[in-house]
Amino acid sequence: MSDLLHVSSNPHVRDKVDTQRIMLLVIISLMPATIFGIINFGPSALLLVAVSIISCVLSEYIFERIVHKKSTIKDLSAVVTGLLLALNLPPTLPWWMAALGGVFAIVVVKMLFGGLGQNFMNPALGARCFLLISFTGPMTTFVYDGVASATPLALLKAGEPVNTMSMLLGQTGGTIGETSAICLLIGAIFLILCGVIDLRIPGTYIVTFVIFITIFGGHGLDMNYIVAQLCGGGLMLGAFFMATDYVTSPITPNGKIIFGICLGVLTGLFRIFGASAEGVSYAIIFSNLLVPLIERFTIPRAFGVVKEKKGGDK
Amino acid sequence: MGLKTFDGGVHPADGKELSKDKPIKELLPEGELIFPVSQHIGAPATPIVAVGDAVLKGQKIAEAGGFVSSPIYSSVSGIVKSIGKHRVTTGDMVDSIVIESDGEFKEVEYTPVDDISTLSNEEIINKIKEAGVVGMGGAGFPTHVKLSPKEPDKIEYIIANCAECEPYLTSDYRRMVEQPEKLVEGMRIILQLFPKAKGIFGIEDNKPDCIETIAKLVASEPRMEVCPLMTKYPQGGERQLIHATTGRDINSKMLPADAGCIVDNVETMVAIYNAVKLGQPLTNRIFTVTGDAVCEPRNFYISIGTNYKQLLEAAGGLIHPAQKMIAGGPMMGFSMFDIDVPTTKTTSALLCMTEDEASKYETTACINCGRCVEACPEKLVPSRLADYGERHQMAEFEKWYGLECVECGSCSYVCPARRPLAQSVKTMKKQVLAEKRKQK
Repeated sequence: MSDLLHVSSNPHVRDKVDTQRIMLLVIISLMPATIFGIINFGPSALLLVAVSIISCVLSEYIFERIVHKKSTIKDLSAVVTGLLLALNLPPTLPWWMAALGGVFAIVVVKMLFGGLGQNFMNPALGARCFLLISFTGPMTTFVYDGVASATPLALLKAGEPVNTMSMLLGQTGGTIGETSAICLLIGAIFLILCGVIDLRIPGTYIVTFVIFITIFGGHGLDMNYIVAQLCGGGLMLGAFFMATDYVTSPITPNGKIIFGICLGVLTGLFRIFGASAEGVSYAIIFSNLLVPLIERFTIPRAFGVVKEKKGGDK
Repeated sequence: MGLKTFDGGVHPADGKELSKDKPIKELLPEGELIFPVSQHIGAPATPIVAVGDAVLKGQKIAEAGGFVSSPIYSSVSGIVKSIGKHRVTTGDMVDSIVIESDGEFKEVEYTPVDDISTLSNEEIINKIKEAGVVGMGGAGFPTHVKLSPKEPDKIEYIIANCAECEPYLTSDYRRMVEQPEKLVEGMRIILQLFPKAKGIFGIEDNKPDCIETIAKLVASEPRMEVCPLMTKYPQGGERQLIHATTGRDINSKMLPADAGCIVDNVETMVAIYNAVKLGQPLTNRIFTVTGDAVCEPRNFYISIGTNYKQLLEAAGGLIHPAQKMIAGGPMMGFSMFDIDVPTTKTTSALLCMTEDEASKYETTACINCGRCVEACPEKLVPSRLADYGERHQMAEFEKWYGLECVECGSCSYVCPARRPLAQSVKTMKKQVLAEKRKQK
């Protein structure tokens, strides 16, 4: 048999990049923020990262064993989900809550909808919102340097001054991975250079958000306020690492732009007019739901196809 | 300013280093040669010889079966052994004429033309038609049909497709290195047909020597110019090439002539020169035998009808066992289960690979990454089209412009989930087109 020639449809060569490689690049890009988070918040952060990743991978493995599907843990997507979930948790969260979040992310948000590529909502964010609703207290308690304090974003909302420099570096209270804008940007630049993500979604997201808060934020073009809004909360983490999640964002080039605009507007709305200082998580999962609709209206016109005149054929 | 190009596309490993420096070597065929009567798009040719007839090289053995068709000539002298079905590179069984070569290559006397400028357009087109010239880049569209557009006055550009964007292939490259003047003369003949048109040689910048030589040759030609193109697959795709060289766009429902363009590849232009100037019918072409499994990758000047097996032997045979043998290049070529098939007017290469990359990887779930969208030179959404194809959703398939697919394979090439996207889209496209024909 082995002597027979292989026959298949063209093309007969393939690019080297596969799903596993992409996931690995995402994991590498999150390392600066993860390592900073662990140094910043200490061993409890490391424990949460480990628990969250193990919980996600194990849930996927066990679920696939139970339903007799081929194991897909090798594609590393569960590791990415676990890592992102951990970066979205406060460092003081009890470890079993992180484990529960991992199970929810994988089993409920991802596997029940058909596994990789089929979920309509970012699993890590889905789990974060689940935990936020279920355990509001522990999920919104932020301890920094041994003192429970408000996050810079909450201070900002209350009209109090914030130190934008420490926000840029990440020496503030917050979730494990969201505090250091610098570390997140290093990872984002890495992902862009590797061709894993492009600026369509994060770019329009951030630009729209800045325009929105300039108009409605009540501070006008106050650079201090804008930088604080950009570096505070989950915006950087969300814009570059979660809004760009392939599965839950539009595939059409124009759809990505519209998706980014939706995110910017919703985040602005939630942050300025909402009850909480935060808004990124809900903005992203809400926009995730709009994806099929956005795609329907942004089918790219094929090369060389001329726009049909209105009132033409019909 | 950047090099001219199109949006999308991919950069596969080009593999041309294996054979690009090997000079063209004439290969005289032995034994039986097979001439399928369908080597072109359009009606099959009708055999005009009978079993037992003696034929000369350059003698017509099959007559065109209509306007969109092309005659076929013997590339050897010998005896007609049989006429019947034979397997061709695509795996189909096609009516073919088998001629046993007598090894003497006695040739028909051709009548060259001293001064082409005295010929009328009809005479030129008739010579091209009679010589059996078809698009030799792979499509096989009869050249005389291409050169007879409805409104000849509207043709503004004659584009020589010198891109050779398909990896591994070097036949056009060798032709341009060794006989660039024939290519330029071919272009001159077409320009004579279309007095308002300008001739453009679109050459990828991975062939700087060709860009230089042809630019020198046409330096004093006011109507010809060289257009260097970015090296990217599928730069030599007709629609992509027209866009890169002229900035004009055509879709699946249009012909290049609708955008004022006519595109012919290198080998075809040379065939036009041979047909009009020398009066020679199409019996030979350049052919590349290459791949990591081949002992000595080579470029041959072959007699059309020569068996692939003989070509492989002439290249020293296999040095490693081949897992896949492809007629053409790795992006759009056909994989063959048997290489006991004849070469035709449109076959340009035999590629033997020790490893079949396409079946090495397992298909996994689509992660919606959009790499296929970025790669598609037609700005389609291949992953979506493949879904619609697999679920047979015709209306959605058409709504997402599935019929515009040029089947270049770039989407399958980049897919990190290793989905056979191009295959699904191609299959669905065939079904939709068949359905449409039924409705008419």
